[in-house]
Amino acid sequence: MMGDRPSPPRAMSSAATTSPSVDKVDGFSRKSVRKAKQKRSQSSSQFRSQGKPIELTPLPLLKDVPTPEQPELFLKKLQQCCTVFDFMDTLSDLKMKEYKRSTLNELVDYVTVSRGYLTEQAYPEVVKMVSHNIFRTLPPSDSNEFDPEEDEPTLEASWPHLQLVYEFFIRFLESQEFQPSIAKKYIDQKFVLQLLELFDSEDPRERDYLKTVLHRIYGKFLGLRAFIRKQINNIFLRFVYETEHFNGVAELLEILGSIINGFALPLKAEHKQFLVKVLIPLHTVRSLSLFHAQLAYCIVQFLEKDPTLTEPVIRGLLKFWPKTCSQKEVMFLGELEEILDVIEPTQFVKIQEPLFKQISRCVSSPHFQVAERALYYWNNEYIMSLIEENSSVILPIMFSSLYRISKEHWNPAIVALVYNVLKAFMEMNSTLFDELTATYKSDRQREKKKEKEREELWKKLEDLELKRGLRRDGIIPT
Amino acid sequence: MAGADGDDSLYPIAVLIDELRNEDVQLRLNSIKKLSTIALALGVERTRTELLPFLTDTIYDEDEVLLALAEQLGNFTVLVGGPEYVHCLLPPLESLATVEETVVRDKAVESLRKISQEHSPVDLEVHFEPLVKRLASGDWFTSRTSACGLFSVCYPRVSSTVKAEIRQHFRTLCSDDTPMVRRAAASKLGEFAKVLELDYVKTDIISLFTALASDEQDSVRLLAVEACVSIATLLPQEDLETLVMPTLRQAAEDKSWRVRYMVADKFSELQKAVGPEITKNDLVPAFQNLLKDCEAEVRAAAANKVKEFCENLPEDNREQIIMTHILPCVKELVSDTNQHVKSALASVIMGLSTILGKDNTIEHLLPLFLAQLKDECPEVRLNIISNLDCVNEVIGIRQLSQSLLPAIVELAEDAKWRVRLAIIEYMPLLAGQLGVEFFDEKLNTLCMAWLIDHVYAIREAATCNLMKLVEKFGAEWAQNTIVPKVLGMANDPNYLHRMTTLFCINALSEACGQEITTKQMLPVVLKMSNDQVANVRFNVAKSLQKIGPVLDSNALQTEVKPVLEKLASDTDMDVKYFAQEAISVLALA
Repeated sequence: MMGDRPSPPRAMSSAATTSPSVDKVDGFSRKSVRKAKQKRSQSSSQFRSQGKPIELTPLPLLKDVPTPEQPELFLKKLQQCCTVFDFMDTLSDLKMKEYKRSTLNELVDYVTVSRGYLTEQAYPEVVKMVSHNIFRTLPPSDSNEFDPEEDEPTLEASWPHLQLVYEFFIRFLESQEFQPSIAKKYIDQKFVLQLLELFDSEDPRERDYLKTVLHRIYGKFLGLRAFIRKQINNIFLRFVYETEHFNGVAELLEILGSIINGFALPLKAEHKQFLVKVLIPLHTVRSLSLFHAQLAYCIVQFLEKDPTLTEPVIRGLLKFWPKTCSQKEVMFLGELEEILDVIEPTQFVKIQEPLFKQISRCVSSPHFQVAERALYYWNNEYIMSLIEENSSVILPIMFSSLYRISKEHWNPAIVALVYNVLKAFMEMNSTLFDELTATYKSDRQREKKKEKEREELWKKLEDLELKRGLRRDGIIPT
Repeated sequence: MAGADGDDSLYPIAVLIDELRNEDVQLRLNSIKKLSTIALALGVERTRTELLPFLTDTIYDEDEVLLALAEQLGNFTVLVGGPEYVHCLLPPLESLATVEETVVRDKAVESLRKISQEHSPVDLEVHFEPLVKRLASGDWFTSRTSACGLFSVCYPRVSSTVKAEIRQHFRTLCSDDTPMVRRAAASKLGEFAKVLELDYVKTDIISLFTALASDEQDSVRLLAVEACVSIATLLPQEDLETLVMPTLRQAAEDKSWRVRYMVADKFSELQKAVGPEITKNDLVPAFQNLLKDCEAEVRAAAANKVKEFCENLPEDNREQIIMTHILPCVKELVSDTNQHVKSALASVIMGLSTILGKDNTIEHLLPLFLAQLKDECPEVRLNIISNLDCVNEVIGIRQLSQSLLPAIVELAEDAKWRVRLAIIEYMPLLAGQLGVEFFDEKLNTLCMAWLIDHVYAIREAATCNLMKLVEKFGAEWAQNTIVPKVLGMANDPNYLHRMTTLFCINALSEACGQEITTKQMLPVVLKMSNDQVANVRFNVAKSLQKIGPVLDSNALQTEVKPVLEKLASDTDMDVKYFAQEAISVLALA
């Protein structure tokens, strides 16, 4: 949007001497100073324009009534807490907002310490109260193009109540008296679906609570596990292929990380499909940096479970290798090193050729951070041992890039690193190294010749096309 | 001789296939983009028997290559031997229609839709429709998503049994397990409805529409709103009330703002589709609600439609509806808390004046315009100013000029350069409407001030603005009011301002004509060739190249040539370069 760009700082306009050396009015000093926002923006979509003031009749404290009456009072309090307030209007219903806040606080304490309060009638009421408060259509993002890396998140205005509701719900799920067999009637697929949609909340505090809630539900409701995984799949697929926008990807991946950890062996086809068709494509998303750590963790978890997945995973990463974004390339190289740290030598052999072709491209990247990150592999002892075992394959792939960079790269630090790598190769396999050095020139010439042949072939083909065209148009006779 | 079927010895398939397999993606991509050339070399028969099977078998590549392939295959009918053989293209396109990447899949579907038209009715049933069925019952969601786009192209040309099957498949996909497929089906619902027989629209389509419109995911529900437009257009007026309106009413009050937003966004189309009676009874109150929605996003979308909605109201009681139902909401929006809402409204509100006529405009709208001209948000003011022409036609601009001036001045000095840029762009238009006197008196100083703005984009736009003003007011005006000021800047201590003089001369010389250019501008340019700053000197060379064609040959030879020759031996290499370029372009060597 037009109004969102900060204007560049005003340049001095009074440079008043005629000497060219002093006459430097720099109109280009663009510091991207972003003015700190006056206040964090808040938003909420809970309000349904009721207009009328809300009246709740105050109830006695739970601890002030005899134990037998407590369950009944507990239910009444739950019902009262179903009332939702408008927090965008900071002046309305102040008393009642405070009353609900203290009631919620009381409920949190009550479920933590009390025993025997969880009657069967309480379950639907708890779920109803939680649903009324947390399930809502999330408000539109404040900035048109919300950039999670740059922009401040919009915080949920009703957090004073919402936080307590989440707190209460988690205590309820974790309570010793909690019985999933009763709760599953109320915490069902529809409930979970709405819960998952909330992960798109811009408010990181809310997503953090949701993570715990979902984790508990996944742990306690065996019947919902497959459904939860499938819906997360759907969220990710939509994120990758349709919208590229979902705030809770990192949190969902974090949960998945621990779920993958618990998968039984051999892995089901469903889980492998999830790895190849969902987790790998997640690497293509623009905002990868926001969840890359969690994603790489999930991938490595899979490979530690089942090393035979190494080949499809590495091939997948190579397929989606970033073409223009150097920061992402550095992330990919980092992830690849994590994978190589746990790779089995038999798997390494299967994938080494395409892998080192890519590494050789990275090493010769003009962006020194990319080149540097790739060259760091040679500091990793385990990777070094793998390279050494397979030097007869890897050395020919790497050689020409390394040789060229050692003469041409603009960055002296990179040249120095490359010298070390070449030295290591020389020590590893001096015969092959000498051979490659000797044939370097003739190889280049052969490549050039091939290149020329290609050009000629295409030229011939194009001539043919042209002739056909002319013939079709009747310009030259057939 | 290399006949119509290519030549084996010249173009062995292996060589061509090597090209398609090249290790370098860029080369592979280039080869795929020239796939038609390869096919041409091979001839139609070998394209069918060798090239297409190769393509079908080896489809695993970078998405970018696949995208190019999917696109190429859509234009391949001639290369495989014409419509008779077009079905050979189906296998590779089928594989492409199942890949993950959306753009590839969409392109494959687009190509399939294209070549479906080239199938004979028999081939359509024998080859094409089975493919659609396979896709529709694929395991992974991608193939089912692709199938959704193919039903409507084969439906009209197949037998009634196959038609029944197609309807059944579409029904199944509308209640698919994955929301991605339901979204794809919902987005094709309108298109599919158009090719169905009316009876099936009333039964099948309506029930699907109702189901999708109450889907658990709002991303599906909102697509049903789009379909609503097409469906309503197809049905006879008397069926609309029972078949469509309940769903539409529900969508306008959906609990998700995204759905309500969609209704607001499609409001004009909906209005046309349901006709004047339903508009009066249902859409007017619905529109009022959308204008008062609790979510700013929705209000902004509705505000954007105010003019169009009013314009399309039935003429007999249009004015009454606007005055009693719409205008009160509009008045509230003028002081909305959200700037996007206000600015959306500001971009259309002026259009109401033509609909309501002079008296209503002066009495009811003018106060709103004036309020918006004073709005705190620059975008709102800008939108009002940029639409002045509508008001100009109805009540004349004088009514506004008192308030206009402070608004323009404030925008001209706004801290955000993009706002300043926008107002500059309206200057020529304003100048035309306000007249030369008003302009000289009030706006000229602003236009000159922009020339020394600290942002280059503003100085550049200001230069261009001067040129347009001269085109409007003429050379004489230029000579009296702006040329002296522009030339005065040549002595400014700031080299950026000195360069602005040159840029202005570049822009103005043509509009001002030979005399002014030669007598007033040229001496200044020539004098600046002694500037201390190299950037100024090479811009002198560039300016001379630019204004050269306006000058006479005498001036070129006696005045311009020596200066360029001097610059061509400058110590700075850029100055030399541009001086030499000017010498050769002006043919002074």
